[in-house]
Amino acid sequence: MYATSYHRASSVEEAVQLRSAHEEGKYLSGGMTLISTMKQRLAAPSDLVDLRHIPALRGISIEGRRVKIGAATPHADVAASQELRALCPAICDLASHIGDPHVRQMGTIGGSIANNDPAADYPAGLLGLGATIVTDRRSISADDFFVGLFETALEEGEMVTAVLFDAPEKAGYAKFNNPASRFAMTGVFVAKTASGVRVAVTGAGSDGVFRHPGLEQALTSSWSADALANVSVDPSSLLSDLHANAEYRANLVKVMAKRAVAAAG
Amino acid sequence: MGVEGIGARVTRKEDKRFLTGKGRYTDDMTVPGMKYAYFIRSPHAHAKIVNIDVSAAKSMPGVIDVLDGKELQADGIGNLICGWMIHSKDGSPMKMGAWRPLAIDTVRYVGDAVAIVVADTSGEARDAAEAVVIDYDVLPAVADVTAAMRAGAPQLHPEAPGNLIFDWQIGDPDAADRAIASAAHVTEIDIVNNRLSPNPMEPRATLGIYDSAEDHYTCYTTSQNPHVARLVMSAFYNVAPENKLRVIAPDVGGGFGSKIYIYPEEIVCLWASKKTNVPVKWTSDRTEAFLTDAHGRDHISKVRMAFDADHRITALKVDTIANLGAYMSLFSSAVPTYLYATLLSGQYAIPTIHANVRTVYTNTVPVDAYRGAGRPEATYLLERTIETAARELGLSPAELRRKNFIRSFPYQTPVIMNYDAGNYEASLDAAMQAADWNGFSARRANSEARGKKRGIGMSCYIEACGIAPSAAVGSLGAGVGLWESAEVRVNAVGTIEVLTGSHSHGQGHETTFAQLVAGRLGVPIESINIVHGDTDKVQMGMGTYGSRSGAVGMSAIVKALDKVEAKAKKIAAHLMEASEEDIVIENGELKVAGTDKAVPWFQVALASYTAHNLPSGMEPGLKETAFYDPSNFTFPAGCYIAEVEVDPETGETDIIQFVAADDFGNIINPLIVEGQVHGGLAQGIGQALLEAVHYDENGQLLTASFMDYAMPRADDLPSFKLSHQNTPCPSNPLGIKGCGEAGAIGSPPALINAITDAIGNNRLTMPATSMKVWQAIHAAH
Ligand SMILES: Cc1cc2nc3c(=O)[nH]c(=O)nc-3n(C[C@H](O)[C@H](O)[C@H](O)COP(=O)(O)OP(=O)(O)OC[C@H]3O[C@@H](n4cnc5c(N)ncnc54)[C@H](O)[C@@H]3O)c2cc1C
Repeated sequence: MYATSYHRASSVEEAVQLRSAHEEGKYLSGGMTLISTMKQRLAAPSDLVDLRHIPALRGISIEGRRVKIGAATPHADVAASQELRALCPAICDLASHIGDPHVRQMGTIGGSIANNDPAADYPAGLLGLGATIVTDRRSISADDFFVGLFETALEEGEMVTAVLFDAPEKAGYAKFNNPASRFAMTGVFVAKTASGVRVAVTGAGSDGVFRHPGLEQALTSSWSADALANVSVDPSSLLSDLHANAEYRANLVKVMAKRAVAAAG
Repeated sequence: MGVEGIGARVTRKEDKRFLTGKGRYTDDMTVPGMKYAYFIRSPHAHAKIVNIDVSAAKSMPGVIDVLDGKELQADGIGNLICGWMIHSKDGSPMKMGAWRPLAIDTVRYVGDAVAIVVADTSGEARDAAEAVVIDYDVLPAVADVTAAMRAGAPQLHPEAPGNLIFDWQIGDPDAADRAIASAAHVTEIDIVNNRLSPNPMEPRATLGIYDSAEDHYTCYTTSQNPHVARLVMSAFYNVAPENKLRVIAPDVGGGFGSKIYIYPEEIVCLWASKKTNVPVKWTSDRTEAFLTDAHGRDHISKVRMAFDADHRITALKVDTIANLGAYMSLFSSAVPTYLYATLLSGQYAIPTIHANVRTVYTNTVPVDAYRGAGRPEATYLLERTIETAARELGLSPAELRRKNFIRSFPYQTPVIMNYDAGNYEASLDAAMQAADWNGFSARRANSEARGKKRGIGMSCYIEACGIAPSAAVGSLGAGVGLWESAEVRVNAVGTIEVLTGSHSHGQGHETTFAQLVAGRLGVPIESINIVHGDTDKVQMGMGTYGSRSGAVGMSAIVKALDKVEAKAKKIAAHLMEASEEDIVIENGELKVAGTDKAVPWFQVALASYTAHNLPSGMEPGLKETAFYDPSNFTFPAGCYIAEVEVDPETGETDIIQFVAADDFGNIINPLIVEGQVHGGLAQGIGQALLEAVHYDENGQLLTASFMDYAMPRADDLPSFKLSHQNTPCPSNPLGIKGCGEAGAIGSPPALINAITDAIGNNRLTMPATSMKVWQAIHAAH
């Protein structure tokens, strides 16, 4: 790791100010990604602005069916929230299968989506739920937020403060683990929302998380795993790597979609 | 034998310090003035070094020096060597290319060390390393062994045209051909044994300390065999004469073979310590471990097994190519030859065996022994072949094996090994019963009803442990003898130190070796200390690998104990005015048999040191040394059965049950033996389902972290069902065979046989990842 200066912000305003004062600075949330890339000397921020001690960024609040999760809320809190589980168990289950207990205690939803790892789970969840990502300066729909591999709509110095979504009528997530990293080799989130059926796929796309119109149409006409039997998943835009080629991933997209529907009930 | 003697489930004495974080590993060692090394490594798989510019780095903060291979060479430090000579079948010696501890002209794999920075902190050393400018002239590289053998392939070493190190054979090729030509049935199969990274929990580390006042070196290192390290560094690398070099291997967090070898880092840190006049410490990070720890396995083989009309095996013919990486590591040549082809008879009476082995250089990390070393390769090949034959012949795999089992001992195989004892059917029966083999078809029907594919597979392994009779290995090319030494030192108050040349890095010697002594003398286990891992303390030793510490290391302790007991009895007889022949040792006392006369153990010890009243002419003291050279290898064997359920939609394999029935001969501590089997099974299952080293076509290592190299985790494994059969080993005084490697040797073929049985397609390579299994299911239909 290269030398860096650490700042602990106590409010969003202070954090934004600290960050804008240091051109080569970075926000630090759970550090599960950032610290290890720094240790490998793949990132060298001059300053770290720690967000975890800002009360406004932490916690889950629910009004009616409207859910708000603060950006610095760790995965373990999302997994354990009984209130959230009552409304949208799929997102709790998704959080409960991220990494290991250590990662779930430290890693946060804001860090995860800001990082937008193509194999991360939350991007599928938020895209599938049609969530809104709230930042220190605007609101961005999930459809616009996740741009590409490790790429988001966030501008320089822009901070995610919360994510917002309406609890869906039904939702389910099925993840097939990469055998080594246990990130998603393919993960599919399905949701029946007020604005229609949404199917989001992570771990498989060569350009990051994406929605699958074919699967969405099939589920719109009939919400059942069987309805997916004749949908074809085109491998040409899918990822091939050491662990899975595009053809196998195409198969996994379909199988995980079926399982997600079954989990959603 | 008492609660703490042989056979007792004594909990491990060493675990207290390990589990409370109080183990003392090489990286925990700190000495005054100590500085940190960072190794600059080649980013290219194959390149000429045009120029190394260290000028900017030398003036960086905290930097003490930046040193390269030319300076090392100028100081007379020698090349790394392979210590086992193999001759090709044309009589020519193996072609050993030069391996400099720091490369001078050419780098040959990604990670090859080029220069070293010594600085006040490891961060400063790394910063300065980034300022070293190295001009490389990149050369074409080859990582794949078949590609390396093709005409026109990049050439690694001028000494080895065609990248061929040796072309060796064992057995009679013509006899094998004749048997195959006249066979009633011949099974042919291609076998790949996947390349593995050892991944001990503790990465390698070393601390070199040069004392200019004494012109003496101390080397702390993560070694399985500190005396061998000292011998090799003195005799071949010219670091220092043995009396000026102390090697200490303190607590070592796992080795699995990878810490047998002497690597460039130990040599370079010792030399750099003298050069810079500061102690120099280096600790590998995990990526460096993937890039530089010797890998294991990496064989491809063509196999033919011939049967007569009665289904007896008449011949086995094997053609193997083994990838040895960019340089020949210390024992690399022995692994695919005498540790492999000599086990190709397995548990079967095979009249004719021929194996041809070619070893090849590639632009990859050197390959050497890894848990099992050669024997897993032999077992996987043989057990997949015989299972395939059973399917082709329409026989039950158990019956075909039974028909061919060796049943009388000693048994001379056609490939050197002479099996001294065994009862293979006993393990097969025990395993089949534990697995409820006969109930399988009902369980399969149940799985099918749930849309799953169920399979069952077995593997009957044998291995050669207790490595090894010195004269025998010497005649086969070994550069060392493979005896072991022990010293039993009884203190004046009766407590005991046992100095052993074996080295414990997870095996639990501090417990099992103490159990042997506690049982023999009837003294509490707390009064016994096992001392190992320091060349200044322990007389000499060959270290721990090849499941040799019990069969060879403990046998040396037995011999030393015999001598101690004999002397103690003489003293006791003298003190009690009895005859020496009447003295027995029981419960911490020396007694006159059949009387109530006794002297406590401590009193005899004290008498030996006060020397006020010893038999006339007797030397004071109670301390004896022994060297034990085994008369044969030992032959653990057993039967493993795996039962799996495969999800046809995803190709995912679920291990429903795993049964291991092992014959390790007599067992010192069942708890530790079970732990060794569990760990071995986890490694074998890892090889079968998850683990694989991948290089790309340019020789870049793709699996350089745990994000891409899949290690088995607890939830990948079932709860194991173990049992032990016992035919005591006749070749050593304790009747023990060794248990450290069996799990890793026997398990891969059992699993692959089970999966191929489930999916109905025998074309499957390890690791059988879900993708490969899914593809094999689709290819079968
Ligand atoms: C062993 C391991 C296993 C894992 N397994 C999984 C898995 O199975 N599935 C999965 O989805 N993830 C997994 N992860 C990732 C983990 O879940 C974290 O979510 C992820 O590392 C990022 O979250 P963080 O809070 O740690 O962010 P950090 O590492 O602190 O930050 C990541 C990036 O986001 C930026 N950032 C952080 N917070 C904000 C913010 N509020 N606004 C703007 N930018 C911000 C940082 O500057 C940095 O660039 C794993 C991680 C590890 C180490």
